[in-house]
Amino acid sequence: MRTVVSVLVSGLSRIGLWGRGVVVAIPYLWLLLFFMVPFLIVFGISFSESIIAQPPYSSLVEWLTDEDAGTSKLQILLNISNYFRLGGDDLYILAYLNSLRIAAVTTLMCLAIGYPMAYAIAKADPARRGPLMMLVILPFWTSFLIRIYAWIGILKGNGVISNLLEWVGITSGPVEILYSDWAVYIGMTYCYLPFMVLPLYSTLEKMDPSLLEAAADLGSRPFKSFLSITLPLSLPGIIAGSLLVFIPAVGEFVTPELLGGPDTLMIGRVLWNEFFANRDWPVASAVAIALLLVLVVPIMIFQHVQGKQAEAGR
Amino acid sequence: MKRFGFLSWALLFGYAFLYVPIALLVVFSFNESRLVTVWSGFSTKWYAELLHNDALLDAAFLSFQVAAVSATLSVLLGTCAGLALTRFGRFRGRTLFGGMITAPLVMPEVITGLSLLLLFVAMEQWLGWPDGRGVTTITIAHTTFTMSYVAVVIQSRLAGMDGSLEEAAMDLGARPAKVFFVITLPLIAPALVAGWLLAFTLSLDDVVVASFVSGPGSTTLPMVIFSSVKFGISPQINALATLMVLVVATGIFVASIVMARQERQRKRDEQMAIQNG
Repeated sequence: MRTVVSVLVSGLSRIGLWGRGVVVAIPYLWLLLFFMVPFLIVFGISFSESIIAQPPYSSLVEWLTDEDAGTSKLQILLNISNYFRLGGDDLYILAYLNSLRIAAVTTLMCLAIGYPMAYAIAKADPARRGPLMMLVILPFWTSFLIRIYAWIGILKGNGVISNLLEWVGITSGPVEILYSDWAVYIGMTYCYLPFMVLPLYSTLEKMDPSLLEAAADLGSRPFKSFLSITLPLSLPGIIAGSLLVFIPAVGEFVTPELLGGPDTLMIGRVLWNEFFANRDWPVASAVAIALLLVLVVPIMIFQHVQGKQAEAGR
Repeated sequence: MKRFGFLSWALLFGYAFLYVPIALLVVFSFNESRLVTVWSGFSTKWYAELLHNDALLDAAFLSFQVAAVSATLSVLLGTCAGLALTRFGRFRGRTLFGGMITAPLVMPEVITGLSLLLLFVAMEQWLGWPDGRGVTTITIAHTTFTMSYVAVVIQSRLAGMDGSLEEAAMDLGARPAKVFFVITLPLIAPALVAGWLLAFTLSLDDVVVASFVSGPGSTTLPMVIFSSVKFGISPQINALATLMVLVVATGIFVASIVMARQERQRKRDEQMAIQNG
Protein backbone atom coordinates (compact mmCIF):
# COMPACT_ATOMS: atom_id res chain seq x y z
CA MET A 1 0.00 0.00 0.00
CA ARG A 2 2.75 2.40 0.95
CA THR A 3 4.62 1.80 -2.27
CA VAL A 4 1.45 2.37 -4.29
CA VAL A 5 0.96 5.71 -2.57
CA SER A 6 4.57 6.77 -3.02
CA VAL A 7 4.52 5.81 -6.70
CA LEU A 8 1.31 7.76 -7.11
CA VAL A 9 2.75 10.80 -5.32
CA SER A 10 5.98 10.80 -7.31
CA GLY A 11 4.00 10.32 -10.51
CA LEU A 12 1.75 13.21 -9.70
CA SER A 13 4.62 15.44 -8.63
CA ARG A 14 6.41 14.72 -11.91
CA ILE A 15 3.48 16.25 -13.79
CA GLY A 16 3.28 19.10 -11.29
CA LEU A 17 0.08 18.00 -9.61
CA TRP A 18 1.38 17.50 -6.11
CA GLY A 19 2.16 19.94 -3.33
CA ARG A 20 1.38 23.46 -4.44
CA GLY A 21 -0.45 22.26 -7.52
CA VAL A 22 -2.94 20.25 -5.49
CA VAL A 23 -3.54 23.11 -3.06
CA VAL A 24 -4.53 25.37 -5.95
CA ALA A 25 -6.24 22.70 -8.03
CA ILE A 26 -8.79 21.50 -5.46
CA PRO A 27 -10.55 24.83 -4.79
CA TYR A 28 -10.00 25.85 -8.42
CA LEU A 29 -11.75 22.80 -9.83
CA TRP A 30 -14.51 23.06 -7.22
CA LEU A 31 -15.23 26.67 -8.21
CA LEU A 32 -15.02 25.93 -11.93
CA LEU A 33 -17.52 23.10 -11.57
CA PHE A 34 -19.93 24.65 -9.08
CA PHE A 35 -19.61 28.35 -9.85
CA MET A 36 -18.45 28.86 -13.44
CA VAL A 37 -20.08 25.97 -15.31
CA PRO A 38 -23.53 26.69 -13.75
CA PHE A 39 -23.48 30.19 -15.28
CA LEU A 40 -22.78 28.75 -18.71
CA ILE A 41 -25.70 26.34 -18.24
CA VAL A 42 -28.00 29.20 -17.18
CA PHE A 43 -26.87 31.11 -20.26
CA GLY A 44 -27.57 28.08 -22.45
CA ILE A 45 -31.01 27.38 -20.98
CA SER A 46 -32.02 31.03 -21.38
CA PHE A 47 -32.05 30.25 -25.13
CA SER A 48 -34.21 27.15 -24.88
CA GLU A 49 -37.96 26.75 -24.97
CA SER A 50 -40.23 25.94 -22.08
CA ILE A 51 -41.83 22.52 -22.58
CA ILE A 52 -43.91 20.21 -20.44
CA ALA A 53 -41.37 17.55 -19.60
CA GLN A 54 -38.82 16.57 -17.02
CA PRO A 55 -36.68 18.80 -16.99
CA PRO A 56 -39.01 21.48 -18.40
CA TYR A 57 -36.85 22.93 -21.16
CA SER A 58 -36.04 21.98 -24.73
CA SER A 59 -32.61 20.79 -25.75
CA LEU A 60 -30.54 23.28 -27.74
CA VAL A 61 -28.59 20.72 -29.70
CA GLU A 62 -30.19 17.96 -31.69
CA TRP A 63 -28.70 15.24 -33.87
CA LEU A 64 -31.09 14.65 -36.77
CA THR A 65 -30.78 11.64 -39.02
CA ASP A 66 -32.65 11.56 -42.28
CA GLU A 67 -33.18 7.87 -43.09
CA ASP A 68 -34.24 8.41 -46.72
CA ALA A 69 -31.44 10.72 -47.73
CA GLY A 70 -28.97 8.82 -45.57
CA THR A 71 -27.63 12.03 -44.09
CA SER A 72 -27.52 13.30 -40.60
CA LYS A 73 -27.11 16.81 -39.33
CA LEU A 74 -26.43 18.61 -36.08
CA GLN A 75 -29.11 21.18 -35.39
CA ILE A 76 -28.67 23.95 -32.89
CA LEU A 77 -31.83 25.85 -31.98
CA LEU A 78 -31.41 29.18 -30.24
CA ASN A 79 -34.66 30.66 -29.04
CA ILE A 80 -34.22 34.36 -28.33
CA SER A 81 -37.89 35.02 -27.62
CA ASN A 82 -37.23 34.88 -23.86
CA TYR A 83 -35.14 38.01 -24.13
CA PHE A 84 -37.69 39.73 -26.35
CA ARG A 85 -40.24 38.96 -23.68
CA LEU A 86 -38.08 40.67 -21.05
CA GLY A 87 -37.63 43.75 -23.23
CA GLY A 88 -41.22 43.92 -24.42
CA ASP A 89 -43.11 43.44 -21.18
CA ASP A 90 -43.45 46.43 -18.86
CA LEU A 91 -43.56 44.11 -15.85
CA TYR A 92 -39.94 43.06 -16.25
CA ILE A 93 -38.61 46.53 -17.05
CA LEU A 94 -40.51 47.93 -14.07
CA ALA A 95 -39.13 45.20 -11.82
CA TYR A 96 -35.55 45.97 -12.91
CA LEU A 97 -35.98 49.71 -12.37
CA ASN A 98 -37.70 49.12 -9.03
CA SER A 99 -34.88 46.84 -7.87
CA LEU A 100 -32.27 49.43 -8.79
CA ARG A 101 -34.23 52.15 -6.99
CA ILE A 102 -34.80 50.09 -3.83
CA ALA A 103 -31.16 48.99 -3.73
CA ALA A 104 -29.99 52.59 -4.20
CA VAL A 105 -32.22 53.91 -1.41
CA THR A 106 -31.08 51.07 0.87
CA THR A 107 -27.44 51.89 0.12
CA LEU A 108 -27.98 55.58 0.90
CA MET A 109 -29.79 54.76 4.14
CA CYS A 110 -26.99 52.38 5.19
CA LEU A 111 -24.47 55.11 4.40
CA ALA A 112 -26.43 57.73 6.37
CA ILE A 113 -26.62 55.53 9.47
CA GLY A 114 -23.35 53.64 9.00
CA TYR A 115 -20.94 56.49 8.27
CA PRO A 116 -21.47 58.39 11.57
CA MET A 117 -21.29 55.05 13.42
CA ALA A 118 -18.03 54.00 11.77
CA TYR A 119 -16.62 57.49 12.28
CA ALA A 120 -17.55 57.55 15.97
CA ILE A 121 -16.06 54.09 16.53
CA ALA A 122 -12.83 54.99 14.70
CA LYS A 123 -12.55 58.10 16.89
CA ALA A 124 -13.25 56.22 20.12
CA ASP A 125 -10.63 55.12 22.61
CA PRO A 126 -8.54 52.31 20.97
CA ALA A 127 -9.39 49.89 23.78
CA ARG A 128 -13.11 50.38 23.16
CA ARG A 129 -13.02 50.08 19.36
CA GLY A 130 -12.92 46.27 19.33
CA PRO A 131 -15.98 45.76 21.54
CA LEU A 132 -17.89 48.55 19.74
CA MET A 133 -17.23 46.90 16.35
CA MET A 134 -18.15 43.53 17.83
CA LEU A 135 -21.54 45.00 18.75
CA VAL A 136 -22.07 46.05 15.13
CA ILE A 137 -21.19 42.61 13.75
CA LEU A 138 -23.03 40.55 16.38
CA PRO A 139 -26.53 40.91 14.86
CA PHE A 140 -25.09 39.61 11.59
CA TRP A 141 -24.47 36.27 13.31
CA THR A 142 -28.13 35.85 14.22
CA SER A 143 -30.40 34.57 11.50
CA PHE A 144 -31.23 36.95 8.66
CA LEU A 145 -34.77 35.55 8.47
CA ILE A 146 -35.30 36.10 12.19
CA ARG A 147 -34.17 39.71 11.88
CA ILE A 148 -36.63 40.34 9.04
CA TYR A 149 -39.30 38.57 11.05
CA ALA A 150 -38.64 40.89 14.02
CA TRP A 151 -39.67 43.86 11.87
CA ILE A 152 -43.04 42.33 10.97
CA GLY A 153 -44.15 42.67 14.60
CA ILE A 154 -42.84 46.23 14.74
CA LEU A 155 -44.22 47.59 11.46
CA LYS A 156 -47.64 45.95 11.15
CA GLY A 157 -50.90 47.69 11.97
CA ASN A 158 -51.39 47.24 15.75
CA GLY A 159 -47.66 46.57 15.90
CA VAL A 160 -45.12 48.22 18.16
CA ILE A 161 -44.73 51.47 16.18
CA SER A 162 -48.45 51.75 15.53
CA ASN A 163 -49.27 51.30 19.23
CA LEU A 164 -46.56 53.73 20.24
CA LEU A 165 -47.84 56.45 17.89
CA GLU A 166 -51.37 55.93 19.13
CA TRP A 167 -50.26 56.02 22.77
CA VAL A 168 -48.36 59.28 22.26
CA GLY A 169 -51.40 60.69 20.55
CA ILE A 170 -49.97 61.37 17.10
CA THR A 171 -52.37 59.04 15.38
CA SER A 172 -55.83 57.87 16.34
CA GLY A 173 -55.95 54.48 14.62
CA PRO A 174 -53.60 51.67 13.67
CA VAL A 175 -50.86 52.61 11.22
CA GLU A 176 -49.77 50.01 8.73
CA ILE A 177 -46.20 50.43 7.52
CA LEU A 178 -45.80 46.75 6.71
CA TYR A 179 -46.34 45.65 3.10
CA SER A 180 -45.01 48.88 1.61
CA ASP A 181 -41.78 50.06 -0.01
CA TRP A 182 -40.83 51.76 3.27
CA ALA A 183 -40.96 48.47 5.15
CA VAL A 184 -38.60 47.01 2.53
CA TYR A 185 -36.19 49.95 2.86
CA ILE A 186 -36.12 49.60 6.65
CA GLY A 187 -35.72 45.83 6.62
CA MET A 188 -32.96 45.84 4.01
CA THR A 189 -31.10 48.71 5.70
CA TYR A 190 -31.30 46.77 8.94
CA CYS A 191 -29.87 43.60 7.42
CA TYR A 192 -27.12 45.17 5.34
CA LEU A 193 -25.90 47.82 7.83
CA PRO A 194 -22.93 45.76 9.15
CA PHE A 195 -21.65 45.32 5.57
CA MET A 196 -21.48 49.11 5.27
CA VAL A 197 -19.93 49.82 8.68
CA LEU A 198 -17.11 47.24 8.37
CA PRO A 199 -15.23 48.63 5.33
CA LEU A 200 -15.94 52.23 6.39
CA TYR A 201 -14.46 51.59 9.81
CA SER A 202 -11.36 49.91 8.42
CA THR A 203 -10.52 52.89 6.16
CA LEU A 204 -11.39 55.51 8.80
CA GLU A 205 -9.35 53.72 11.45
CA LYS A 206 -6.23 53.71 9.26
CA MET A 207 -6.43 57.47 8.70
CA ASP A 208 -3.55 59.49 10.09
CA PRO A 209 -4.93 61.88 12.78
CA SER A 210 -2.00 64.26 12.27
CA LEU A 211 -3.57 65.39 8.97
CA LEU A 212 -6.58 66.74 10.84
CA GLU A 213 -4.35 68.32 13.48
CA ALA A 214 -2.31 70.06 10.79
CA ALA A 215 -5.50 71.37 9.19
CA ALA A 216 -6.75 72.61 12.57
CA ASP A 217 -3.41 74.33 13.24
CA LEU A 218 -3.73 76.09 9.91
CA GLY A 219 -7.12 77.40 10.95
CA SER A 220 -9.49 74.98 9.22
CA ARG A 221 -12.84 74.46 10.92
CA PRO A 222 -13.64 70.84 11.91
CA PHE A 223 -16.48 70.57 9.39
CA LYS A 224 -14.33 71.92 6.57
CA SER A 225 -11.50 69.53 7.54
CA PHE A 226 -14.00 66.69 7.45
CA LEU A 227 -15.19 67.60 3.96
CA SER A 228 -11.75 68.21 2.48
CA ILE A 229 -9.70 65.51 4.28
CA THR A 230 -11.69 62.76 5.98
CA LEU A 231 -14.36 62.31 3.33
CA PRO A 232 -12.00 61.98 0.33
CA LEU A 233 -9.68 59.66 2.26
CA SER A 234 -12.55 57.40 3.26
CA LEU A 235 -13.78 57.14 -0.34
CA PRO A 236 -12.42 53.58 -0.86
CA GLY A 237 -14.39 52.47 2.20
CA ILE A 238 -17.53 54.23 0.94
CA ILE A 239 -17.19 52.52 -2.44
CA ALA A 240 -16.51 49.06 -0.98
CA GLY A 241 -19.35 49.35 1.55
CA SER A 242 -21.82 50.69 -1.00
CA LEU A 243 -21.07 47.87 -3.43
CA LEU A 244 -21.30 45.25 -0.67
CA VAL A 245 -24.81 46.56 0.04
CA PHE A 246 -25.98 47.53 -3.45
CA ILE A 247 -25.10 44.40 -5.46
CA PRO A 248 -26.84 41.77 -3.31
CA ALA A 249 -29.69 44.22 -2.60
CA VAL A 250 -30.60 44.44 -6.31
CA GLY A 251 -31.29 40.69 -6.38
CA GLU A 252 -32.86 40.52 -2.91
CA PHE A 253 -35.79 38.15 -2.55
CA VAL A 254 -36.62 37.42 1.10
CA THR A 255 -37.11 41.00 2.35
CA PRO A 256 -39.51 42.21 -0.38
CA GLU A 257 -41.38 38.91 -0.15
CA LEU A 258 -41.94 39.18 3.62
CA LEU A 259 -42.11 42.95 4.20
CA GLY A 260 -43.12 44.34 0.81
CA GLY A 261 -46.59 44.69 -0.64
CA PRO A 262 -47.82 42.85 -3.70
CA ASP A 263 -46.76 45.85 -5.80
CA THR A 264 -43.21 45.93 -4.39
CA LEU A 265 -41.92 44.36 -7.55
CA MET A 266 -38.28 43.30 -7.44
CA ILE A 267 -36.36 41.25 -9.95
CA GLY A 268 -35.48 38.58 -7.38
CA ARG A 269 -39.18 38.02 -6.78
CA VAL A 270 -39.91 37.90 -10.51
CA LEU A 271 -37.19 35.26 -11.01
CA TRP A 272 -38.54 33.24 -8.08
CA ASN A 273 -42.10 33.35 -9.42
CA GLU A 274 -41.08 32.45 -12.98
CA PHE A 275 -39.22 29.47 -11.58
CA PHE A 276 -41.46 28.18 -8.78
CA ALA A 277 -44.96 29.42 -9.72
CA ASN A 278 -44.84 29.37 -13.54
CA ARG A 279 -42.22 26.62 -13.82
CA ASP A 280 -40.77 28.52 -16.77
CA TRP A 281 -37.09 27.70 -16.37
CA PRO A 282 -35.90 29.32 -19.62
CA VAL A 283 -37.50 32.68 -18.76
CA ALA A 284 -36.14 32.47 -15.19
CA SER A 285 -32.68 31.88 -16.73
CA ALA A 286 -33.08 34.86 -19.06
CA VAL A 287 -34.10 37.01 -16.06
CA ALA A 288 -30.97 35.81 -14.22
CA ILE A 289 -28.70 36.62 -17.19
CA ALA A 290 -30.25 40.08 -17.56
CA LEU A 291 -29.75 40.67 -13.82
CA LEU A 292 -26.12 39.61 -14.13
CA LEU A 293 -25.64 42.00 -17.05
CA VAL A 294 -26.94 44.84 -14.88
CA LEU A 295 -24.59 43.82 -12.06
CA VAL A 296 -21.47 42.97 -14.05
CA VAL A 297 -19.99 46.48 -13.90
CA PRO A 298 -20.56 46.96 -10.12
CA ILE A 299 -19.18 43.43 -9.51
CA MET A 300 -16.03 44.19 -11.51
CA ILE A 301 -15.51 47.45 -9.59
CA PHE A 302 -16.00 45.52 -6.35
CA GLN A 303 -13.40 42.93 -7.38
CA HIS A 304 -10.97 45.68 -8.30
CA VAL A 305 -11.42 47.38 -4.90
CA GLN A 306 -11.23 44.04 -3.07
CA GLY A 307 -8.06 43.06 -4.94
CA LYS A 308 -6.46 46.41 -4.11
CA GLN A 309 -7.27 45.94 -0.44
CA ALA A 310 -5.76 42.46 -0.44
CA GLU A 311 -2.60 43.87 -2.05
CA ALA A 312 -2.42 46.67 0.52
CA GLY A 313 -2.78 44.21 3.38
CA ARG A 314 0.35 42.38 2.34
CA MET B 1 -15.22 62.16 23.52
CA LYS B 2 -15.62 65.39 25.39
CA ARG B 3 -19.33 65.95 25.18
CA PHE B 4 -22.36 63.97 24.20
CA GLY B 5 -22.37 65.40 20.68
CA PHE B 6 -23.73 64.39 17.31
CA LEU B 7 -21.42 61.38 16.97
CA SER B 8 -22.48 59.84 20.26
CA TRP B 9 -26.14 60.28 19.37
CA ALA B 10 -25.50 58.72 15.96
CA LEU B 11 -23.78 55.77 17.61
CA LEU B 12 -26.57 55.37 20.13
CA PHE B 13 -29.19 55.53 17.38
CA GLY B 14 -27.27 52.95 15.33
CA TYR B 15 -27.05 50.49 18.21
CA ALA B 16 -30.69 51.04 19.13
CA PHE B 17 -31.65 50.39 15.50
CA LEU B 18 -29.62 47.15 15.57
CA TYR B 19 -30.71 45.81 18.95
CA VAL B 20 -34.25 47.00 19.75
CA PRO B 21 -35.92 44.67 17.20
CA ILE B 22 -34.04 41.67 18.58
CA ALA B 23 -34.86 42.67 22.17
CA LEU B 24 -38.57 43.00 21.32
CA LEU B 25 -38.47 39.59 19.67
CA VAL B 26 -37.08 38.04 22.86
CA VAL B 27 -39.52 39.87 25.14
CA PHE B 28 -42.59 38.83 23.18
CA SER B 29 -41.51 35.18 23.12
CA PHE B 30 -42.55 35.12 26.80
CA ASN B 31 -45.92 36.64 26.05
CA GLU B 32 -49.04 34.76 27.15
CA SER B 33 -51.17 35.94 24.23
CA ARG B 34 -51.13 34.68 20.68
CA LEU B 35 -51.13 38.30 19.55
CA VAL B 36 -47.41 38.81 19.44
CA THR B 37 -47.38 42.57 19.91
CA VAL B 38 -49.78 43.03 22.82
CA TRP B 39 -48.42 42.09 26.25
CA SER B 40 -50.81 40.04 28.37
CA GLY B 41 -48.67 38.22 30.90
CA PHE B 42 -45.58 36.06 31.30
CA SER B 43 -45.61 32.53 29.95
CA THR B 44 -43.19 29.93 28.69
CA LYS B 45 -45.83 27.88 26.90
CA TRP B 46 -44.53 28.72 23.42
CA TYR B 47 -41.22 27.08 24.31
CA ALA B 48 -43.09 23.95 25.42
CA GLU B 49 -45.06 23.96 22.17
CA LEU B 50 -41.83 24.35 20.23
CA LEU B 51 -40.47 21.16 21.75
CA HIS B 52 -43.47 19.22 20.43
CA ASN B 53 -43.27 20.57 16.89
CA ASP B 54 -41.77 17.54 15.16
CA ALA B 55 -41.58 19.04 11.66
CA LEU B 56 -39.56 21.92 13.02
CA LEU B 57 -37.24 19.73 15.09
CA ASP B 58 -36.55 17.43 12.12
CA ALA B 59 -35.77 20.44 9.95
CA ALA B 60 -33.47 21.85 12.65
CA PHE B 61 -31.60 18.53 12.87
CA LEU B 62 -31.17 18.40 9.09
CA SER B 63 -29.98 22.01 8.99
CA PHE B 64 -27.38 21.42 11.69
CA GLN B 65 -26.08 18.38 9.79
CA VAL B 66 -25.82 20.28 6.51
CA ALA B 67 -24.23 23.30 8.23
CA ALA B 68 -21.61 21.19 10.04
CA VAL B 69 -20.56 19.23 6.93
CA SER B 70 -20.55 22.21 4.57
CA ALA B 71 -18.66 24.40 7.09
CA THR B 72 -15.98 21.73 7.43
CA LEU B 73 -15.67 21.29 3.66
CA SER B 74 -15.56 25.02 3.08
CA VAL B 75 -12.81 25.47 5.69
CA LEU B 76 -10.74 22.84 3.85
CA LEU B 77 -11.35 24.41 0.44
CA GLY B 78 -11.18 27.99 1.70
CA THR B 79 -7.84 27.41 3.44
CA CYS B 80 -6.34 26.04 0.22
CA ALA B 81 -7.74 29.03 -1.68
CA GLY B 82 -6.49 31.54 0.89
CA LEU B 83 -3.02 29.97 0.84
CA ALA B 84 -2.92 29.99 -2.94
CA LEU B 85 -3.90 33.66 -3.11
CA THR B 86 -1.44 34.93 -0.50
CA ARG B 87 1.57 32.62 -0.58
CA PHE B 88 1.94 31.30 -4.12
CA GLY B 89 2.71 34.53 -5.95
CA ARG B 90 1.48 34.55 -9.52
CA PHE B 91 0.25 31.36 -11.14
CA ARG B 92 -1.61 30.59 -14.30
CA GLY B 93 -5.28 31.56 -14.04
CA ARG B 94 -4.84 33.54 -10.82
CA THR B 95 -7.06 36.40 -12.03
CA LEU B 96 -9.94 34.05 -12.78
CA PHE B 97 -9.38 32.29 -9.47
CA GLY B 98 -9.45 35.57 -7.52
CA GLY B 99 -12.60 36.56 -9.37
CA MET B 100 -14.34 33.28 -8.58
CA ILE B 101 -13.45 33.74 -4.90
CA THR B 102 -14.80 37.28 -4.56
CA ALA B 103 -17.84 37.10 -6.86
CA PRO B 104 -19.92 34.80 -4.59
CA LEU B 105 -19.60 37.37 -1.78
CA VAL B 106 -21.95 39.73 -3.58
CA MET B 107 -23.78 37.40 -5.98
CA PRO B 108 -27.56 37.63 -5.48
CA GLU B 109 -28.79 34.41 -3.91
CA VAL B 110 -31.49 33.81 -6.52
CA ILE B 111 -28.81 33.57 -9.22
CA THR B 112 -26.61 31.20 -7.19
CA GLY B 113 -29.60 29.02 -6.38
CA LEU B 114 -30.96 28.85 -9.92
CA SER B 115 -27.57 28.21 -11.51
CA LEU B 116 -26.66 25.42 -9.09
CA LEU B 117 -30.04 23.77 -9.54
CA LEU B 118 -29.65 23.82 -13.33
CA LEU B 119 -26.17 22.32 -12.94
CA PHE B 120 -27.49 19.49 -10.75
CA VAL B 121 -30.31 18.79 -13.21
CA ALA B 122 -27.88 18.74 -16.14
CA MET B 123 -25.43 16.51 -14.26
CA GLU B 124 -28.20 14.08 -13.40
CA GLN B 125 -29.15 13.93 -17.08
CA TRP B 126 -25.59 13.33 -18.32
CA LEU B 127 -23.90 11.48 -15.47
CA GLY B 128 -26.78 10.05 -13.46
CA TRP B 129 -25.46 11.84 -10.38
CA PRO B 130 -26.67 13.37 -8.10
CA ASP B 131 -29.67 11.06 -7.94
CA GLY B 132 -32.42 13.55 -7.25
CA ARG B 133 -31.97 16.51 -4.97
CA GLY B 134 -31.64 16.58 -1.22
CA VAL B 135 -29.09 16.79 1.56
CA THR B 136 -26.11 16.22 -0.77
CA THR B 137 -27.03 18.98 -3.20
CA ILE B 138 -27.81 21.47 -0.38
CA THR B 139 -24.44 20.66 1.21
CA ILE B 140 -22.55 21.19 -2.07
CA ALA B 141 -24.39 24.47 -2.71
CA HIS B 142 -23.68 25.78 0.77
CA THR B 143 -20.03 24.76 0.57
CA THR B 144 -19.69 26.66 -2.70
CA PHE B 145 -20.99 29.99 -1.46
CA THR B 146 -19.53 29.80 2.08
CA MET B 147 -15.99 28.86 0.99
CA SER B 148 -15.52 32.36 -0.42
CA TYR B 149 -16.15 33.88 2.99
CA VAL B 150 -13.72 31.42 4.61
CA ALA B 151 -11.10 32.16 1.92
CA VAL B 152 -11.37 35.91 2.56
CA VAL B 153 -11.03 35.42 6.34
CA ILE B 154 -7.97 33.15 5.90
CA GLN B 155 -6.51 35.43 3.25
CA SER B 156 -6.65 38.51 5.48
CA ARG B 157 -5.13 36.58 8.39
CA LEU B 158 -2.27 35.30 6.19
CA ALA B 159 -1.72 38.73 4.64
CA GLY B 160 -1.48 40.35 8.05
CA MET B 161 0.91 37.67 9.28
CA ASP B 162 4.67 37.92 9.23
CA GLY B 163 6.04 35.42 6.70
CA SER B 164 9.51 35.32 8.29
CA LEU B 165 8.74 32.33 10.53
CA GLU B 166 7.79 30.27 7.48
CA GLU B 167 10.86 31.43 5.61
CA ALA B 168 13.11 30.59 8.57
CA ALA B 169 11.67 27.06 8.71
CA MET B 170 12.20 26.65 4.96
CA ASP B 171 15.79 27.88 5.29
CA LEU B 172 16.36 25.28 7.99
CA GLY B 173 15.33 22.63 5.49
CA ALA B 174 11.71 21.89 6.41
CA ARG B 175 9.57 20.67 3.54
CA PRO B 176 6.65 22.95 2.51
CA ALA B 177 4.08 20.50 3.88
CA LYS B 178 5.87 20.35 7.22
CA VAL B 179 6.16 24.15 7.37
CA PHE B 180 2.42 24.38 6.77
CA PHE B 181 1.43 21.90 9.47
CA VAL B 182 3.97 22.96 12.12
CA ILE B 183 4.13 26.75 11.61
CA THR B 184 1.33 28.15 9.46
CA LEU B 185 -1.59 26.05 10.67
CA PRO B 186 -1.24 26.87 14.40
CA LEU B 187 -0.84 30.55 13.54
CA ILE B 188 -4.00 30.72 11.43
CA ALA B 189 -6.01 28.51 13.81
CA PRO B 190 -8.13 31.43 15.10
CA ALA B 191 -9.03 32.33 11.51
CA LEU B 192 -9.96 28.69 10.84
CA VAL B 193 -12.31 28.73 13.84
CA ALA B 194 -13.79 32.08 12.80
CA GLY B 195 -14.19 30.86 9.21
CA TRP B 196 -15.87 27.64 10.32
CA LEU B 197 -18.32 29.53 12.55
CA LEU B 198 -19.06 32.01 9.76
CA ALA B 199 -19.70 29.23 7.23
CA PHE B 200 -21.86 27.35 9.74
CA THR B 201 -23.98 30.44 10.43
CA LEU B 202 -24.36 31.31 6.75
CA SER B 203 -25.45 27.78 5.95
CA LEU B 204 -27.90 27.71 8.86
CA ASP B 205 -29.35 31.00 7.64
CA ASP B 206 -29.86 30.31 3.96
CA VAL B 207 -33.38 29.96 2.62
CA VAL B 208 -33.10 31.01 -1.03
CA VAL B 209 -30.35 28.70 -2.31
CA ALA B 210 -31.70 25.78 -0.26
CA SER B 211 -35.20 26.27 -1.70
CA PHE B 212 -33.81 25.90 -5.22
CA VAL B 213 -31.60 22.87 -4.66
CA SER B 214 -33.59 20.90 -2.08
CA GLY B 215 -35.84 18.03 -2.95
CA PRO B 216 -38.88 16.43 -1.38
CA GLY B 217 -38.15 15.29 2.17
CA SER B 218 -35.21 17.62 2.68
CA THR B 219 -36.67 20.75 4.21
CA THR B 220 -34.22 22.89 6.15
CA LEU B 221 -35.03 24.97 9.22
CA PRO B 222 -34.99 28.34 7.39
CA MET B 223 -37.39 26.93 4.81
CA VAL B 224 -39.82 25.95 7.60
CA ILE B 225 -39.47 29.36 9.26
CA PHE B 226 -39.91 31.16 5.94
CA SER B 227 -43.12 29.37 5.04
CA SER B 228 -44.63 29.87 8.50
CA VAL B 229 -43.63 33.55 8.61
CA LYS B 230 -45.33 34.07 5.24
CA PHE B 231 -48.62 33.12 6.85
CA GLY B 232 -48.15 35.66 9.64
CA ILE B 233 -46.35 35.86 12.94
CA SER B 234 -46.53 33.21 15.60
CA PRO B 235 -45.11 33.26 19.16
CA GLN B 236 -43.46 29.89 18.48
CA ILE B 237 -41.15 31.54 15.96
CA ASN B 238 -40.32 34.16 18.61
CA ALA B 239 -39.39 31.38 21.03
CA LEU B 240 -37.24 29.70 18.38
CA ALA B 241 -35.58 33.00 17.54
CA THR B 242 -34.80 33.62 21.20
CA LEU B 243 -33.13 30.21 21.47
CA MET B 244 -31.10 30.90 18.32
CA VAL B 245 -30.00 34.31 19.60
CA LEU B 246 -29.03 32.71 22.90
CA VAL B 247 -26.95 30.00 21.19
CA VAL B 248 -25.21 32.51 18.93
CA ALA B 249 -24.46 34.92 21.77
CA THR B 250 -23.01 32.12 23.92
CA GLY B 251 -20.97 30.75 21.03
CA ILE B 252 -19.50 34.12 20.12
CA PHE B 253 -18.79 34.92 23.76
CA VAL B 254 -16.95 31.63 24.40
CA ALA B 255 -15.07 31.82 21.08
CA SER B 256 -13.88 35.37 21.68
CA ILE B 257 -12.67 34.53 25.21
CA VAL B 258 -10.80 31.45 23.98
CA MET B 259 -9.25 33.37 21.07
CA ALA B 260 -8.23 36.30 23.27
CA ARG B 261 -6.56 33.88 25.69
CA GLN B 262 -4.73 32.08 22.87
CA GLU B 263 -3.59 35.38 21.42
CA ARG B 264 -2.18 36.46 24.82
CA GLN B 265 -0.44 33.09 25.22
CA ARG B 266 1.08 33.36 21.75
CA LYS B 267 2.34 36.90 22.43
CA ARG B 268 3.87 35.70 25.73
CA ASP B 269 5.55 32.77 23.95
CA GLU B 270 6.97 35.05 21.30
CA GLN B 271 8.29 37.43 23.96
CA MET B 272 9.91 34.53 25.80
CA ALA B 273 11.47 33.27 22.60
CA ILE B 274 12.88 36.71 21.83
CA GLN B 275 14.27 37.12 25.35
CA ASN B 276 15.79 33.66 25.45
CA GLY B 277 17.14 33.88 21.94
